[in-house]
Amino acid sequence: MTQEQLLQKLKVIITPYVQNETALQNLSEDTDFIKDLEINSANLVDVVLDVEDEFDVVIENEDMEKMLTVKASLDVIQSKLNEK
Amino acid sequence: MNKTQILKLLPYDKPFLFVDKIVKVDDSGIIGKYTFTEDEFFYPGHFKNNPITPGVILTECMAQIGLACLGLFLIRDWVKDKAPNVAMTSNDIHYYKPVLPKETVVVTATKEYFRFNKLKCAVTMTNESNEIVAKGTVSGMVIK
Repeated sequence: MTQEQLLQKLKVIITPYVQNETALQNLSEDTDFIKDLEINSANLVDVVLDVEDEFDVVIENEDMEKMLTVKASLDVIQSKLNEK
Repeated sequence: MNKTQILKLLPYDKPFLFVDKIVKVDDSGIIGKYTFTEDEFFYPGHFKNNPITPGVILTECMAQIGLACLGLFLIRDWVKDKAPNVAMTSNDIHYYKPVLPKETVVVTATKEYFRFNKLKCAVTMTNESNEIVAKGTVSGMVIK
């Protein structure tokens, strides 16, 4: 899967939880889930659980703690996919 | 952690404690009870001359049992003598029957998941006639 495909899939996952629509439209690798998209911490857990379902991977606590930006999340997902 | 210890650790008190008893608790869920007394603080206003337990209070009761009590049990390994801060983060509850003063309700909560400090449960509240009075899901988080 290319980085672009991953990003598109991640965007679909996060969309229902986003409070700041403008930040979503301007989504980039540097976008921060909490600061920019204004996703709350409970919904951040939902994002991670949805990532697990979509990519059929298991996210550990230490992975979750890193997944605060688009880039960091893509890195975690990519490394989980590589382990498969 | 036993049922008495869970009740003792709850971060609520009168007039906002809506758990009397834990009937059963394990890693997959919990059953708890509460009897609404005649002098609950909200009855004089909800409604005027017609006391009915507000839906938000039924939701709170389900959250105190299904999220707080069950949550304390689930984190028993690292809770000592004080409960951590907790917060309800979302709920989706439908209401089917009114609950009147002096009624006892039973809340049954089944864990859907407890991950990354977020607990989500399917909850059902029944009355003494075993009729469903409210049903849905509640979610909450342990704030570290």
